[in-house]
Amino acid sequence: MNKKKLYPMWFAALPLTLYIAFFLFPSLMGIFYSFTDWGSRTAVNGLHFVGLQNYFEIFTSHENYGQGIANTLRFTVISNIVKLVPALFLAIMLQEGLKGKGIYRTILYLPSILPFVIIGLIFRSVLNYQSGLLNAGLTAAGLGFLKQKWLSDLHVVWGSIFGVDAWRGIGYVMTIFLAGLNAIPHDYYEAAMIDGADFWQKLRYVTLPMMKGAVMINLVFGITYGLKVFDIVYVLTNGGPGHVTEVITTYSYQLYSSGRYGMSTALNTILLVITAAAGIAVVRVMSRRETEAA
Amino acid sequence: MKKKRIRFVLKTAVSLFLCSFVVLPFYMVFINSLKTRGEAARMSMALPAEWLWENYLIVIREGRLAQGFASSLCYALSSTSLGVLLSAMGAFVLSRRRTGFHNFLYYFILSGLFFPVNYVTLVRLFQWLHLTNTRLGIILVFTSAMIPFCVFTVYSFVQSVPVQMDEAAVIDGAGAVHLFFRIIFPLMKPTLITCFILQFMGVWSDFLTPLYLSSKSRLFPMTMAVYQFFGKNKSYWNYIFADIVLTCLPVVIVYLVGQRYIIGGLTTGAVKE
Repeated sequence: MNKKKLYPMWFAALPLTLYIAFFLFPSLMGIFYSFTDWGSRTAVNGLHFVGLQNYFEIFTSHENYGQGIANTLRFTVISNIVKLVPALFLAIMLQEGLKGKGIYRTILYLPSILPFVIIGLIFRSVLNYQSGLLNAGLTAAGLGFLKQKWLSDLHVVWGSIFGVDAWRGIGYVMTIFLAGLNAIPHDYYEAAMIDGADFWQKLRYVTLPMMKGAVMINLVFGITYGLKVFDIVYVLTNGGPGHVTEVITTYSYQLYSSGRYGMSTALNTILLVITAAAGIAVVRVMSRRETEAA
Repeated sequence: MKKKRIRFVLKTAVSLFLCSFVVLPFYMVFINSLKTRGEAARMSMALPAEWLWENYLIVIREGRLAQGFASSLCYALSSTSLGVLLSAMGAFVLSRRRTGFHNFLYYFILSGLFFPVNYVTLVRLFQWLHLTNTRLGIILVFTSAMIPFCVFTVYSFVQSVPVQMDEAAVIDGAGAVHLFFRIIFPLMKPTLITCFILQFMGVWSDFLTPLYLSSKSRLFPMTMAVYQFFGKNKSYWNYIFADIVLTCLPVVIVYLVGQRYIIGGLTTGAVKE
């Protein structure tokens, strides 16, 4: 059988071309432009190489871009913990011994299909200090002292973002965990029961080791989502109050809007390096898994 | 068995409690979308004093929603169809050939799962290619962005299709195109539908791409239209809520219809071990 004829390379060339042209090439261009003073006035003044000046500015300027980078990393770590841990227990709870679990799953998954812009707008209303649903609910429940200025208080605003993000994402993470749980043979739990294992021991020695695949998928999507986060921050706070909730992508958009393209691509390039590092780590683990399985 | 009963009641209570967190905001949005401006500003859960269904008509007119809907549909349908088809072709060939070079290409595409799109330089590239403010440009960007995920999903599916299928087809005299479109493609259908639904919803929800790449409001998809409307009418929560309902509706329908495919698709990879 002639593999070359049966599996022609032009099949693969089509998606590869698009992928390279509109995905990879702009990233590489970005690396190049990050060493220039590219901006809205370039058409008049010409393009000049400035070496590492953009990067220098990112890490030293009073604009606090460094804080934006730190916020991105922090968001990636915390948002994943806040979603993965509760979602795991939810999945275990929903897996059996419950009537109509299909309906619960459908409802809990629903937020993750909605556009971020919509979620942002809904929560601009829900978290409204004066009349929002959350504060009204707290007052009604006699918990009025917990009322907060959810989106304008420096100390709670990140909590609000994590909360809204979890509201959206937990159902998605849970669904993947449920699929993993369903693939675990029942005998394993029976064997563990006979050995007298309690809930935590079953979790530690049966469930988690058997769910490596599901955990991996959740981590891959969770990490890449976290590093690239934009919409939810942009719509909920637009980086504010002040610059407290600024992340790499929001700074990058601001710089783009104010015509400082070189700076904007420099920030993008930093994000590229961070995601590449995370990606290489994950792909390594994944390909090791595949050779193990073979 | 008493213990089992208690656990059942407890689980049901917890599940209902959690679901209420999802449902209540939707209820609040919907009920307030039918109120007057003053009533809606209070954002209460009470029924409207007067059911103002005409709020929806006003929003459709003022918020340019028909245009936004048409744009969203155009972007989502064309980029998803193109992206899924091309990814399926690519994944099929890469998964069958499997030399070192093809493996490299596979991981090369897969790396796109991680990388961020650089929109700033994309704007520049669009100027060179005369794609600035064109639907074609936006569609091509969406298409390219979904290729890594679709190739990833289809690739692992192709591995489960026995090579003997291909051999039998060759003996019957099939060529590459015939083999793929007549024999492999129908087998892939469930996987492709999954990719299609997930990516369709992804494009529908996307905000960043049109934010950078379209400066003309006639190109705005619904997400941009609703955000712009919000910016202009910040105190008209009744209209904003109506706008939210209308923007959600299409994705919610796609979700409810295609639900089993979504779950199926998310689980590829999750249950491989």
